[in-house]
Amino acid sequence: MNVAIMRLFAAIVVLFVILVAWTSRWSVFEAQALRDNSLDKRPLFTALRVKRGAIRAADGTVLARSVRARRGDIWARDYPTGSLFGHPVGYANLIQGQLSGLERSRNDELSGTTSELNSIIDQLQGKRRAGNTVVTTLDPDAQRVATDRLSGQKGAIVALDPRNGAVKVLASSPGYDPNVVRDPEQLRALNTDDANAPLFDRVTQGAYPPGSTFKVVTAAAALDSGKVTPDAPVLDGNTPRIVSGVPLRNDDGVSRGQIDLTEALTYSVNTAFAQLGEQLGKQTMDDYMRRFGFYSLPPLDYPSDQMVASGERGPRGRLIPVTSPLVDVGRMAIGQDKLAVTPLQMAMVAAAVANGGTLMKPRLTDKVVDPDGRTIKTIEPQEHSKPISEQTAEQLTQMMGRVVDEGTGTAVQLPGIDVAGKTGTAETNPAQDITQPWFIAFAPATDPQIAIAVTVENTQNGFGGTVAAPIARDVLASLLDG
Amino acid sequence: MSARNRELLGLIPASLLVTAGFAAVFIERGSLSQDQLSEASLTYGAIFLGLCVAAHVFLRIALPHADPYLFPLVAVLACFGLVMIYRIDDTLARQQAQWFVVGLILFAATIVFLRDYRKLEQYRYLIAAGSLVLLCMPRLPLIGAQVNGAYLGIRIPGVMVFQPTEFAKLGIVVFLASYLRDTRQVLVVGARRVLGVTLPPLKHFGPLLVIWGMAMLLLVVIRDLGSSLMFFGAFLALLYVATNRLSFVLIGLVLFGIGGWYLSTTVPHVIDRVDVWMDPLNPQRYQVEGFQIANSLFAQADGGLFGRGFGGALLRTPFDSPLLPAAETDLIYALIVNEVGLVGAVAVLATYLLFVQRGFKIALLARDSFSTLLAAGLSAVFALQVFVIVGGVTNVIPLTGVTLPFISYGGSSILANFVLLALLLLVSDKARRPEERARGALR
Repeated sequence: MNVAIMRLFAAIVVLFVILVAWTSRWSVFEAQALRDNSLDKRPLFTALRVKRGAIRAADGTVLARSVRARRGDIWARDYPTGSLFGHPVGYANLIQGQLSGLERSRNDELSGTTSELNSIIDQLQGKRRAGNTVVTTLDPDAQRVATDRLSGQKGAIVALDPRNGAVKVLASSPGYDPNVVRDPEQLRALNTDDANAPLFDRVTQGAYPPGSTFKVVTAAAALDSGKVTPDAPVLDGNTPRIVSGVPLRNDDGVSRGQIDLTEALTYSVNTAFAQLGEQLGKQTMDDYMRRFGFYSLPPLDYPSDQMVASGERGPRGRLIPVTSPLVDVGRMAIGQDKLAVTPLQMAMVAAAVANGGTLMKPRLTDKVVDPDGRTIKTIEPQEHSKPISEQTAEQLTQMMGRVVDEGTGTAVQLPGIDVAGKTGTAETNPAQDITQPWFIAFAPATDPQIAIAVTVENTQNGFGGTVAAPIARDVLASLLDG
Repeated sequence: MSARNRELLGLIPASLLVTAGFAAVFIERGSLSQDQLSEASLTYGAIFLGLCVAAHVFLRIALPHADPYLFPLVAVLACFGLVMIYRIDDTLARQQAQWFVVGLILFAATIVFLRDYRKLEQYRYLIAAGSLVLLCMPRLPLIGAQVNGAYLGIRIPGVMVFQPTEFAKLGIVVFLASYLRDTRQVLVVGARRVLGVTLPPLKHFGPLLVIWGMAMLLLVVIRDLGSSLMFFGAFLALLYVATNRLSFVLIGLVLFGIGGWYLSTTVPHVIDRVDVWMDPLNPQRYQVEGFQIANSLFAQADGGLFGRGFGGALLRTPFDSPLLPAAETDLIYALIVNEVGLVGAVAVLATYLLFVQRGFKIALLARDSFSTLLAAGLSAVFALQVFVIVGGVTNVIPLTGVTLPFISYGGSSILANFVLLALLLLVSDKARRPEERARGALR
């Protein structure tokens, strides 16, 4: 019997080896696939038990915080400022696995996800995992002014500090209250409201024809490439002008003769800029647009699927380079053709000019603070690109100052502060006089602290100078006041 | 060093483990201050050590020559199980600790009253019949308890749900050891080769067919694939040890396979179990039939190589519904992997394997056939029980409701396994007595 007993034991050893093999299979070899299985609610429940960090405005105002849920040992999200910061802050609906805005782009910091090693050390010290507070660059007073000025309309305002890229205002109208998103019914209602698209962030996702504000880009390309100077009268300001076989007119119908670039920008002379665009050529325009950030997603700390890149868009909505035969570079130079540009991109153009030709990376976050109040991460200002030279920037600043002093943007004038800007009025439906007014600006012109872009959708016969510029003035006033 | 002194030393790791384990759970809960921490975990450690030492002193007097490693191995398993259960629920742990006390009393009683365990042979048919009756009792109205579609429990109001399989496994092994001791010679001598397969003689093959039929009946009656696998596996193991004929085992396996296949395609409850086994993560079955095994696998994946530490696994959803059902009984192995990782789980399996190895060692040392068969049978059924439940939890075989010996929560399991331990120690003591050894040497 002894041999049989030994063999029986060997058989049992084999069975136990199978057990070890299968345990290894689930706990190590196939563990990642199991952890990623959506049926497994452990990651979600673990996340729900962590007190997610707060999101604060630059002045400390709480924009998002965690409160005890009514049911269960978990935390829920509360947004004390309601719809005011709906777009930049976004919402965190962990149970449905839905995150947006900063709640999504800063999820790792907010949920306290740190390295495995750190969490082991914390565990040994008996610390419970807790999220970090994200301090943003947002300015609640100015955000309120921006939101109020847009109420009842569809539009977007974005204001940032050109010196360091700190976004002060990010307002998209209509907005939404992130507090209601936890109700799946309400979220569905917000998602299916196609007429108003309240969840759609018009600052980063709204791709609009930029109208004449784009002339700043054309002028920048012309000056920086050395093709023209601000005051050499080399442009033809007469109207109409045949561009790509179709006559193009000046908005005011005035033929201005031979003019210089400054006058062309001050009075937003279409024919002169179309001529300039054709002279510069597609390649030069393509180069300068890319330098300003067109054709790539803005480098903002915001979810990438909540941003779009700006540029010419082809028939199926895809980005096409300026060099494409489909592009009418003359009309593009005045912001028409198939240009689709976000307000954030236009604010980046203004910011680059304001900051002596250097474009700083736009950012919403200033720093990350741990639950004990220690700053664990400071988001340092970062240079994104240098689209134009300092000299070009200076020349453009003076020209844009003229726009506000005596040209199309006089409505933005602020007592005691010199503003540099450019109006734009895209004709979205010329037959019914439906327009999209724009205004981009920065101030003070001599020492720029704020760059701004404002646009309003579908106004009846509204102009950049009459609709968008006054809004920009009020937001600038609020920001420069403090 | 004498056997008993080695045993005493072997208890030290167990008491260290229980103290460290409770300390870890307290730290994770963060509920106690430093002083209380050391005090409470030391108290648990001290009580446990006290019980172990009491049992050890008893063994020193009653069975001085018995195997010195079995009891410390059981102590390690038991204290590990106690920590796991404490981590789930302190009330359950207190009850479990009480069952340990009752179990140790039963352990001592078995050793005292069955000192001459060979008189069990005289009652073998009574024991077999009693075991079968026990197994069928869960199907009776009023007292029967159905869990997850299987009939594995008898309700004793106010005390416990008694699990007859735990005791029946002992009865069946005692019966088989005794029956095969008588018939093993005839089974071998009378065997004939038919079509190249060695068949036992029909006269003696008959009772074995009856046993196969019992196993199948069991499958139908208690509807539990795992328990019948455990019983039938123990039967085949003993048959093999008794006859040394692999062909008998193969015939048995084929017969069991046919029966199992037939039942797994006709009995709805068994069909469900097999379906879930084939595709444990099927989203359509996840909410009901698949929930247990899917979460067992998720818990193991969550544990990884080193685990989340005692108290680190998520057992309930934030809305207080169970996330790992039956974590203290059927799925306790999944919780072990979750909290101490693959490394800890392998250590537990190694402890079981060491126990089984000592059991077989006892079988090898025993001087008479009944003792050998009894020790081998008890060890085999113990090993198979571990295989059936751990295999179920890791989806090697369909998941069924047997306990992980000495670790799972449950009175019947603890009591029965302490009796098993007592029987092994009795066989061991008899085999290792100096006079027995001398007799063996003379022979």
